[in-house]
Amino acid sequence: MAEGTQQHPLKTYFYVWTLLFVFSGISYWVDWYGFQGYTRWTLILIFMLLKAGFICAIFMHMYWERLPIIAAILFPCFAILVFVFIMWHESYWTLIVRKIYFAIAGS
Amino acid sequence: MEESSSSVQVVIPPKESFAKEWSSDQKAFKGVPWGKAMMWIFLVSDTFVFSIFLISYMTVRFSTKNEWPNPSEVFGLHVGQANVPLLLIAIMTFILITSSGTMALAVKYGYEKNRKMCGYLMLATAVLGASFVGMQAFEWTKLIMEGVRPWSNPFGAPQFGAIFFMITGFHGTHVTIGVIFLFIMTYKVFRGHFDTGKRGFFTSQKSDYEAIEIMGLYWHFVDLVWVFIFAFFYLW
Repeated sequence: MAEGTQQHPLKTYFYVWTLLFVFSGISYWVDWYGFQGYTRWTLILIFMLLKAGFICAIFMHMYWERLPIIAAILFPCFAILVFVFIMWHESYWTLIVRKIYFAIAGS
Repeated sequence: MEESSSSVQVVIPPKESFAKEWSSDQKAFKGVPWGKAMMWIFLVSDTFVFSIFLISYMTVRFSTKNEWPNPSEVFGLHVGQANVPLLLIAIMTFILITSSGTMALAVKYGYEKNRKMCGYLMLATAVLGASFVGMQAFEWTKLIMEGVRPWSNPFGAPQFGAIFFMITGFHGTHVTIGVIFLFIMTYKVFRGHFDTGKRGFFTSQKSDYEAIEIMGLYWHFVDLVWVFIFAFFYLW
């Protein structure tokens, strides 16, 4: 890519657009086909991340942006993963406490 | 489709090192219009809002003792005799992606100062967005008729209703606001406000087709959020 220009060729847009349709179709097919357990979750996550990545990179032009603004946008998002990790453990703790309580209280 | 006509000349200062640009005086995001930078910062904050919703959904779903309702049955539609799982949600997903594509093209034609094409594509985006909101209203009506409430539902864990109404409600609000602004922007494009530099009625600022890109960022973000909602809430 040449320095100082932003090129957004029509072909790229149509290509990504088609890809997004295909990925959504496959995600829907995952449910339709009835995959369960880890296969299902892995497939859902893969196609979710692919879709999110293409929307961000091409449609939102992040691919053509400079590193300082890309970093300013993406770095804070890693904090979310930390929060997910914390609450994931918290929720299992809550479930255990509930199970113990209901076992004792008998409901 | 030739690529030469679609190159957009934007004055961008030469690249320096990442640390140098971040620590520079006055302007860290060189070559980025302030409106675009502000929209990105807003979108990062909005990302946090939706993340917190999805994280609370995860917490609630993992910690409930009751069976979580099966979304592909709850959101299924009867077509003739067959029960098609998640049909409406799939249609909504495809509509949102289509509108994202038309928006991306509108931004492209905006940069080329192609007023007509930009306007028509903006209008298409707005109409598709409005139809998405309509389908969401239909989905809410259907679920409310079936007895889903924020505190209880006939399918399983009572938390399902609260999470459903909160997450899709918040996303629907974002789409609705987006549609309103899309219509306003469509009007401005067709009237040529971005060519003549007419001052906006609300901000009283001159603007150009950059505004379309900023609008596009917001609209793509709405689509982006739907990608996560579709994966975690409807498919999981």
